[in-house]
Amino acid sequence: MLIETVQLKKHFTLGRGQILHAVDGVSIAIEENEILGLVGESGSGKSTFGKALIGLHARTSGEAFYNGELLPARFSPKDHLHYSRELQMIFQDPYSSLNPRMTVLEIIGEGLRIQGQHSKSQIRDQVADWLSKVGLHADHMSRYPHEFSGGQRQRIGIARAMIIGPKFVVCDEPISALDVSVQAQIINLLEELKQSMGLTLLFIAHDLSMVRYVSDRMAVMYLGTLVETGPADDVFFEPKHPYTQLLIESNPEPDPKLERTRPHIPIKGEITSPINMKPGCRFADRCPKVMEHCKTVTPAVTSLSDNHTVSCHLYQ
Amino acid sequence: MPVSDRILEVNDLSVEFSTYGGNVKAVRGVSFSVIRGETLAIVGESGCGKSVTVQAIMGLIPMPPGRITGGSAKLNGHELLGLEAKEANQFRGIQIGMIFQDPMTSLNPTMTIGDQIAETLMVHRGKSHKEASEQAVDLLEKTHIPEARMRVKQYPFEFSGGMLQRAMIAQSLACNPSILIADEPTTALDVTIQSQILELMAELQRTENMSIILITHDLAVVARMADRVAVMYAGQIVEMGSVDDIFYESSHPYTLGLKSAMPSNIGDRDKKLMPIAGSPPDLFSPPQGCGYFARCPYAMHLCEERQPEEFVVQGRQDHRSRCWLQHQDAPKVDALHQNNADRSHVD
Repeated sequence: MLIETVQLKKHFTLGRGQILHAVDGVSIAIEENEILGLVGESGSGKSTFGKALIGLHARTSGEAFYNGELLPARFSPKDHLHYSRELQMIFQDPYSSLNPRMTVLEIIGEGLRIQGQHSKSQIRDQVADWLSKVGLHADHMSRYPHEFSGGQRQRIGIARAMIIGPKFVVCDEPISALDVSVQAQIINLLEELKQSMGLTLLFIAHDLSMVRYVSDRMAVMYLGTLVETGPADDVFFEPKHPYTQLLIESNPEPDPKLERTRPHIPIKGEITSPINMKPGCRFADRCPKVMEHCKTVTPAVTSLSDNHTVSCHLYQ
Repeated sequence: MPVSDRILEVNDLSVEFSTYGGNVKAVRGVSFSVIRGETLAIVGESGCGKSVTVQAIMGLIPMPPGRITGGSAKLNGHELLGLEAKEANQFRGIQIGMIFQDPMTSLNPTMTIGDQIAETLMVHRGKSHKEASEQAVDLLEKTHIPEARMRVKQYPFEFSGGMLQRAMIAQSLACNPSILIADEPTTALDVTIQSQILELMAELQRTENMSIILITHDLAVVARMADRVAVMYAGQIVEMGSVDDIFYESSHPYTLGLKSAMPSNIGDRDKKLMPIAGSPPDLFSPPQGCGYFARCPYAMHLCEERQPEEFVVQGRQDHRSRCWLQHQDAPKVDALHQNNADRSHVD
């Protein structure tokens, strides 16, 4: 296991005694060289989980391990310096995640500069090298982010994360702000880099078809908890949890004949607020198969087959 | 199709914007019609001119910097382009309703939802505030907003994204429009909420007998909703046809490119995604020939020099493609057939 979490929680205190349970007890393991896809609606806590893994959020409780080593709950500046060599992140919005006042050289080279083991000319060479690896040109080094399109900016974001040679990268919705034809470019680039660098990725997205395409395993999150995990095709084609089933039914396919024949029964209601949660299954108020004890008893994790787990009273 | 069934006819529409860098030719000769009760999807990537096209029809282009440089748009025979605001208001909001991508910024944050819907009825139908407010409740109920009577008194910030989009649909339906223009209505929403909104649109289309113009970049949404599809690229419609024509008999390399760039859940997962190389042309000075020339894997010399005409595909009048490959003397491209064949096994 390269990454492992045990009952990881991240709560935000809102004042007036209110607590937002963004991530509420997530236990998962990510093996070396694996791509784990994490899906869920807005507000399910998937980005918060990713950030908590690499120290961008301090954990409220629970444990997170990297290579068997317990990561500090709250990273000190020294921890950041140490772990940022191994753990990196690519952000969703290529517009707001690049500093508009810095040149591409400064943005991509910043990690190396902070690590302090490279001369200026070495940094320049490596940045030039990485620009060409991500499909840009060394001449682009002196430009500013506004001179690039969304897809190009995302390439800059990728180069910034990769230049330091990380082992584990959290990709937080790296393609959802991009056009379809550009999405494929970025996905192919990530796959190439994963192969050549031996990376392990946590791929966070809400596009189910893309997650299934990219990932080896898939995890489904709802209101701060994992409801189902398993091999990507198993979860996609034989979803067990009622939430996963509805999520996949809601996902349209680019195929009119198929769309005409399948039932369109949208999932009822909307994701509830993760503030001051009560025990019981988080999905109980929207679940078509809800039972009395779902509302009071939190379901435990059940192992169905190799690697396929579900947290639902129907399977206990 | 009988001419009387075409409620909207757009002919050779061109729109430009003046900027410091010169004139951007955002829409370059777009023609299409909308038939009563159908859903026409206009699909394309950022900057292809799909939103500008419908904004021109609605009279929503800011002028200056925008300028409609040619063409016509007729609603039941009445010209919509070049109207004064007062004349335009007899159509927009009444016969054509519109909903937008981002409901949070499209609604007024300082007015209650009920007042915003009522305003439409007061302005266009001359109703009293009381009558209009009463009807606002009915409209919210029609879009399945629970506890509508309480909800009309709330402000946009008290609504979720999905609920706001329902409220916007309610507002656009206030005057029983014959056409609803939906500009990326679900792009900002989660897939579960998207499914609810699409279902609502389909239901209202049946009950109200509306036509829908759906602007989207998402081919999966197109597959679910559309009867006919117009694919736009660099300010032009490059292919147009029934939804099945576009998905199973694609005749334009750009349409094929879009399809191959998306993961298919039916096919093999190990099949690599095929991105479209390069980026769209600069519309400050559009290319002399085909707009897709620089990215097209099948480009010929002719494509660089001359704009492709609109060709009828395989003798089917309703399926048209702006591609020289459809010319009778053009070389036959196996890839076009191969790619379509890959998908046909789902029949």
